Amino acid sequence: MYEPPSGAEIQAIITTLKSSAAYYIPEIYLSALFLVLILVDLIFKPKKHHLLSVTSLIGLTGSLWFIWQQHAITGQEIFFGMYVIDEFAIFFKYFFVLCGILTVFLSMPSDELNNRASGVGEYYVLVIGMVIGMVMMASATDLLMILVSMELVSFAAYVLTGYLKRERRSTEASLKYLIYGAVSSGLMIYGFSILYGLTGETNISEISRVLMSRGYDPVTLMIASIMILAGIGYKVGVVPFHFWSPDVYEGAPIPVTAFLSVASKAAGFALLIRFFYVAVPHGPETGAFTPGSEWLMLLIVLSVASMIYGNVVALWQKNVKRLLAYSSIAHGGYILLGIIAMDELGTQAALFYLLSYLFMNFGAFLVAVIIANKTGSENIEDYRGLGWRMPLAGASMIVFLLSLIGLPPTVGFIGKLMVFSALLAKGSVFVWLALVGILTSVISLYYYMLIPLNMYLREPKQPLPDTIKAGFLPQLVTAGLMLLTLYFGLFFTPLSDFAHFAVTLFGNQLY
Amino acid sequence: MLSLIVFLPIVAGLIILIVPSSQKQIIRIVSLLAAFAQGALAVLIWRGYDPSLPGITAAADGSLDGAFQFVERLPWITLDLGNFGTLNIEYFLGVDGLSITMVLLTALISIIAVLSSWTIQKQVKGYFILFNLLSTAMMGCFVALDFFLFYVFWELMLLPMYFLIGIWGGPNREYAAIKFFLYTLFGSVFMLLVMIGLYFSVIDPATGNHTFSLVAMASQENYIPGSIFGPESVMWRYAAFIVLFIGFAIKVPMFPFHTWLPDAHVEAPTPISVILAGVLLKLGTYGMMRINFPFFPEVFQASLYVIGVFGAINIIYGAFCALAQSDLKKLVAYSSISHMGYVLLGLAANNSEGMTGALYQMFNHGTITAMLFLLVGVIYDRAHTRQIDKFGGLATYMPVYAGVVTIAWFASLGLPGLSGFISEAFVFLGAFSSELTRNIAIVSVLGIVFGAAYLLWSLQRMFLGKRNPDAVYELQKDADGNERIHFHDWKGKNDLDGRELAMLVPLAAVIIILGVYPMPVLGLITTSINKLVEVLSPVVLMAVN
Repeated sequence: MYEPPSGAEIQAIITTLKSSAAYYIPEIYLSALFLVLILVDLIFKPKKHHLLSVTSLIGLTGSLWFIWQQHAITGQEIFFGMYVIDEFAIFFKYFFVLCGILTVFLSMPSDELNNRASGVGEYYVLVIGMVIGMVMMASATDLLMILVSMELVSFAAYVLTGYLKRERRSTEASLKYLIYGAVSSGLMIYGFSILYGLTGETNISEISRVLMSRGYDPVTLMIASIMILAGIGYKVGVVPFHFWSPDVYEGAPIPVTAFLSVASKAAGFALLIRFFYVAVPHGPETGAFTPGSEWLMLLIVLSVASMIYGNVVALWQKNVKRLLAYSSIAHGGYILLGIIAMDELGTQAALFYLLSYLFMNFGAFLVAVIIANKTGSENIEDYRGLGWRMPLAGASMIVFLLSLIGLPPTVGFIGKLMVFSALLAKGSVFVWLALVGILTSVISLYYYMLIPLNMYLREPKQPLPDTIKAGFLPQLVTAGLMLLTLYFGLFFTPLSDFAHFAVTLFGNQLY
Repeated sequence: MLSLIVFLPIVAGLIILIVPSSQKQIIRIVSLLAAFAQGALAVLIWRGYDPSLPGITAAADGSLDGAFQFVERLPWITLDLGNFGTLNIEYFLGVDGLSITMVLLTALISIIAVLSSWTIQKQVKGYFILFNLLSTAMMGCFVALDFFLFYVFWELMLLPMYFLIGIWGGPNREYAAIKFFLYTLFGSVFMLLVMIGLYFSVIDPATGNHTFSLVAMASQENYIPGSIFGPESVMWRYAAFIVLFIGFAIKVPMFPFHTWLPDAHVEAPTPISVILAGVLLKLGTYGMMRINFPFFPEVFQASLYVIGVFGAINIIYGAFCALAQSDLKKLVAYSSISHMGYVLLGLAANNSEGMTGALYQMFNHGTITAMLFLLVGVIYDRAHTRQIDKFGGLATYMPVYAGVVTIAWFASLGLPGLSGFISEAFVFLGAFSSELTRNIAIVSVLGIVFGAAYLLWSLQRMFLGKRNPDAVYELQKDADGNERIHFHDWKGKNDLDGRELAMLVPLAAVIIILGVYPMPVLGLITTSINKLVEVLSPVVLMAVN
């Protein structure tokens, strides 16, 4: 029979909540920002979105300070083990806030959004909402918390995808995203329930402890694993859970596509790494195929399939956003390679790769925004001759694409180098995986180079003016991202140290 | 000094970046000055170079002082990798006998190529920025002694080359450019994996850390037993040797990986063909001598015969293909393939004579082929065609041109007194004195005969006899009643003008001087070659194991 908690128990709960709130300041701050933006929109009803975008920028930049404060209090479990603060979570908090800032920079010049009839009030609110959800995903250590934060991200993403509601493809994309999202969330919840049934726990460290001590039926765990992987894989966008991504990436406004392709993917990886390293029992040795390696087999299959499928299908794409969608599937595969290595170096490599992907992918999308503003098109064919007319955009695009291919001296090359190093450091077990990675990256050269090919090697079909001017701010941000892509390609110590700082994971059993 | 020679062109490129694109002449002059400064530095390095120091590996006491010269060694990237210790990447430059000749060649060819680029009219600014980037990358490759640095320079070459072929090339340029890019990238990504594997397998004896140093990797005692490329890991060492060899062979290019070359050459503008044939192909064989062979010497010993056979196939197949060409530039491109075969054959001989011949052939092929491509460019500028049967009797009307062509053509077919003869003679001497490759050498000599055939035949069809009925040029009588040649829409001098002579005469002089007195180059390389042969020799290997 249900007994209401005694006064002392309630007191204890309140005390915990109070003390936990002190560790939850960045999230509280971001939620406040969320509300402030709604108020700003309601009170000032800005015609142009400068007021909102500047407020979001200032707010997001301010949140970095609160995250910085958390460096002193890592290794804490708060809210009854629902949530942790560790170096890994802090890394991703910075990462998502940075993504938010870059998305705002991408949205400000975007004509797609500026020309929307009913204004862009909720747009920035939703972006902040998504950032909050992702920040929570990176810290969540409880099945329920994982689910709640993931749904928060998803709902914001569904609306943002369909934000150009007068455009057919945007609405279609949103609906597709929603349906796929609902199915995979459902599968994941089912997997969670099996896991709960096996262990009677919802905290992932507890789950792993119970599984280890009581033993488990491997088939049941495998089924639960596959279902949970379907949910996470959908967020990460790896084959075979990728079907939504090309359509969604194509239909969504370009800034949203960039945000989804980097931040949402990274949030999925944060969850994947935390869940995989903590919840799943691992053997005493950190060798390649110890207990718990059922997961590893699955990840290897996903990774190889993503690298091959993403890179091969991208060869036929005519639309820049679709092309980058398939490339994003492939990059998901490369990041998985780092996780497959299952050690400190591998995690570091995967995190580094995510950072490098942030610079190069946002850069490429930013150039796409600039070009779409001027030509109104996202077709690669319509990029003809633009390189000479927009020198900065053209040159930056080449740098970003080189980085995506993984050629030196760019940060993307270092990302690949780290991932392959992590694999080869394991000896000869994973050489074949490295080979798949390296060969598919040669394939990727062909489709990435289609963009410079049209920008520089071909003449435009219609006569174009000799120079096309883009706005000052987008050019400044593009140039900044390009220089960072090159700089971190030559001197990558700061990024790599940052990634190395983040490999400390609360309750980690792997290393 | 070496940093300066490597990065000077990039500085010039940055200066060009701020020059407005309408100032074409300033842009050209800046590039030319940079190339001349690079040349001056190369000469200074040459004068200061002590040919008695061998290089290849560190000196016997493990120091670099007795081995490499003009060494610049700075820590570049030091990374904490947790359990894996630290990652050390160095900014490490230096020259020995292998690289000094290539540095001289690169500097010389760069000057020639800038002069030859004078006629480029389309997007001059972009052209010279890319050109300077390419120049830096090439020079960097030859002096880098850290594998990571080498790899960065190696890959840095691809992109400028892609655009230089793709934007300023001929009608089929898109295809040629992407084919070049894909082929060479395919070769080099394997190099990346081998590089990572080598990093985990090699320890720098001085510091005890893992290292990317090419010098440390060249000594077998620095390989850790039990690592992926450790001494007993036979399978992986063979695999690494093979993929590295393929990577470099694509660049050489060796049959059957050669098909990108004719396409790239036919489409590329003249200066880029000059760079491509004069310098880039040498990187393939340089990479073999610097990286591929000394790192895996026992595999090299085991594959001498195969390398020799591929060399012979290159020589003969290239010559046959050249014989069949009607396009003069394609003919020269295939002759390049044939001549790079001699380098492979010389390497397969695995003795001092053969290796010396190979390295000397690399230098000579650089100068001779540069000249051949320039000469093809000269006639193409005037006639807008390169079809051999669209000419005939040119010698009568363009005597200077015909004279220079004769020098270049005879140098290419290996006439004694010109530099090509000496290197080919060394290659055959080496290949013949090795039991293993003797038969291959005998077969390969046929290549010389076919080489003479296609060169002399083309010379005869284009320059001797009378004007072909369907030739692209007209003959006009001038006031004195002499017949003068006339090309459609060609305003310049019919015979070679001053700029063209300024490019061709120095090359011709180098070819003749080195043909008569080869010691300036041979003197530089012999100690290093002897050391290389020693490093590769089975005796030393047995001592290590």
